[in-house]
Amino acid sequence: MPANRTFEVKALSRVEGEGALYVKLAGDVVEHVELNIYEPPRFYEGFLRGREVREVPDIVARICGICPVAYQMSASHALEKALGIEVSPEIRTLRRLVYCGEWIESHALHVYLLHAPDFLGYESGISLAADHKDAVERGLRMKKIGNELLEILGGRAIHPINVTVGGFHRSPDRERLKALLPDLEWGLQASIDTLALVAAFDFPDWHDEYEFVSLQHPDEYPYNHGQVVSSSGLRIDVEDYEEHFAERHMPQSTALHSVMLPEEKSYLVGPLARLHLCYEQLPPLARRHADNCGIAWPSHNNFHSIVARAIELIAAYEEAIEIVRAYNAEPSPSRAELVLRPGVGCHATEAPRGLLYHRYEVGEDHLIAEAKIVPPTSQNQGQIEADLRQYVPRVTHLDDLAATRRCEHLIRNYDPCISCATHFLTLTLDRGEKGAEADRP
Amino acid sequence: MAAKPKLAVFKFASCDGCQLSLLDAEDELLAVAGAVEIAYFLEARTQTVDGPYDVGIVEGSVTTEHDRQRIRDVRRQCKYLVSIGACATAGGIQALRNWAAVDEFISHVYARPDYISTLATSTPIAEHVTVDFELRGCPINKYQLVELIASLLKGRKPRVPEYSVCVECKRRGTVCVAVAQGVACLGPVTQAGCGAICPSYNRECFGCYGPKEQPNPTSLAAHYAEAGSDKMHLVRLLRNFNAHAPAFRDASDLVESGAASGDATEAP
Repeated sequence: MPANRTFEVKALSRVEGEGALYVKLAGDVVEHVELNIYEPPRFYEGFLRGREVREVPDIVARICGICPVAYQMSASHALEKALGIEVSPEIRTLRRLVYCGEWIESHALHVYLLHAPDFLGYESGISLAADHKDAVERGLRMKKIGNELLEILGGRAIHPINVTVGGFHRSPDRERLKALLPDLEWGLQASIDTLALVAAFDFPDWHDEYEFVSLQHPDEYPYNHGQVVSSSGLRIDVEDYEEHFAERHMPQSTALHSVMLPEEKSYLVGPLARLHLCYEQLPPLARRHADNCGIAWPSHNNFHSIVARAIELIAAYEEAIEIVRAYNAEPSPSRAELVLRPGVGCHATEAPRGLLYHRYEVGEDHLIAEAKIVPPTSQNQGQIEADLRQYVPRVTHLDDLAATRRCEHLIRNYDPCISCATHFLTLTLDRGEKGAEADRP
Repeated sequence: MAAKPKLAVFKFASCDGCQLSLLDAEDELLAVAGAVEIAYFLEARTQTVDGPYDVGIVEGSVTTEHDRQRIRDVRRQCKYLVSIGACATAGGIQALRNWAAVDEFISHVYARPDYISTLATSTPIAEHVTVDFELRGCPINKYQLVELIASLLKGRKPRVPEYSVCVECKRRGTVCVAVAQGVACLGPVTQAGCGAICPSYNRECFGCYGPKEQPNPTSLAAHYAEAGSDKMHLVRLLRNFNAHAPAFRDASDLVESGAASGDATEAP
């Protein structure tokens, strides 16, 4: 084994967007770990200034093709607060249903096509399908049902067009939603089967006292509403988010990197954090299957994130069924009236990958004067690097290829969305004997 | 048996939504994976096969000096190159920088602007290399993508209509939002492909699929202005995901400068 090594992954695969990993070792000591986010910057906060309030949900959806709904939700809520708009309980419920659709398509994609291959020894869902066609087809159908839910509610699955400040342009069609019920019921059983599949995976032994951060609501598993809470006891209103969390700009990244104040420490958002902080709020069936899946919750093993996603799939299908069954009258009006005025509003919702914070200032001209967006992957980036520092010494006995594959597996625990962390990976493992430099393929 | 055609998917500045469309073709994905060799597709698989490739699919726009070089390498490796989505075919929403001082954007978003390397513009793939086919949309329509791949496998031209969203609206039997509600709708100048979703959801078309064949957006904007639409609202409507597409770009500039108001009905 050489005294100094570098590992690098110049282009991480099975993640959304582009990034690289660079690790430098002196013997078994990790000298440097860098998650290099080279996805070109797109400057959303810059060009949102001067746009109309009503345009914002349509524009911010384009930050991410995998979780556009999350962007539309955080933006709509933040702008409603800025304008003093209250939405009806019916619209609040339908927004939960939209989020169910996004969690289903995003989690099913990640569990089956992006992450399960790591546990089962395949390079992709496509190769996995050659040996386990039934499982992959189940995953694809689960994902498709999530997309169909989004199509009914949002007009289309990627970049929905029906979400607006104040509600929906048109109330979702009752007949089409009801017609989806048999598929949703199939999806619920498929999620229970998914949990059985992933809970039986062989997980690396791993424990870290993570600082978990998520929304928490007393009456429901968090999608659109709640206070920001952490495992060390932070409990704040979303309005105080920027007093407790800040973004730092690292040289290796076009993503901003969030830290928790005042210690400037890294923290973890996403399914494992939500399950840790909101276990009591899981809907009954998801709760019962989580209790009995063979893993003790809360878990401090981030490799269990795939199990957390499966539990959230059950929760999302379960809740979607409940909402669709009760949807007997299309809300009219479908949205609250948009009355423009200057103001500032902020809000956070739970994207599939974790907390997503938006703040907007509406100016005297009723256009956007200021926008701030903090995506989940920027918040997780520090923790991903901290995990890698702890994990790399365990894989140094492996050859470079095997070691880097294991590091990528760990990174996928976070379901990083690099396109999202727009302001936002290539893995390089520098073992010292070569002046390796992170570069894109 | 002949070797399967090698397919590669490349990403430039984008949201990943268009390449996700391939994974969203749940009913067709495994069939496509059976018919072609997915040789390079980082979002979906770790294993990569070196070029040359029979078909290259490019998502995203060119926004960095590095990507300006990379697209030339990609072109050299691909026999047939297809750009997909509004970013790759028109520069995307990030092309709004083309009207702004990019330094100002950088210092606005990033605390350390000196860490950021970017070009002043966001431009479509065809401004840099020859592109064999462009598939429009923000996002693309997954059925059009499957049709495109199927047509390439058969060696025929893809059937992708170039007429306007209005045609799709009429086919759906949607009441015209521009006529009935008096809202400024880009349907008459926007290429079909989305299925005219927006008017069926009671709202205006905002141009996701870019200009249709031979559009006259300047005239359309003049019409809406006469009917009472705010000039800057029309400029913003034209400056969305296809802002840098020449027909929309030039019309938005004319409207902004005032040259398109009143009786100016000549297309640029």
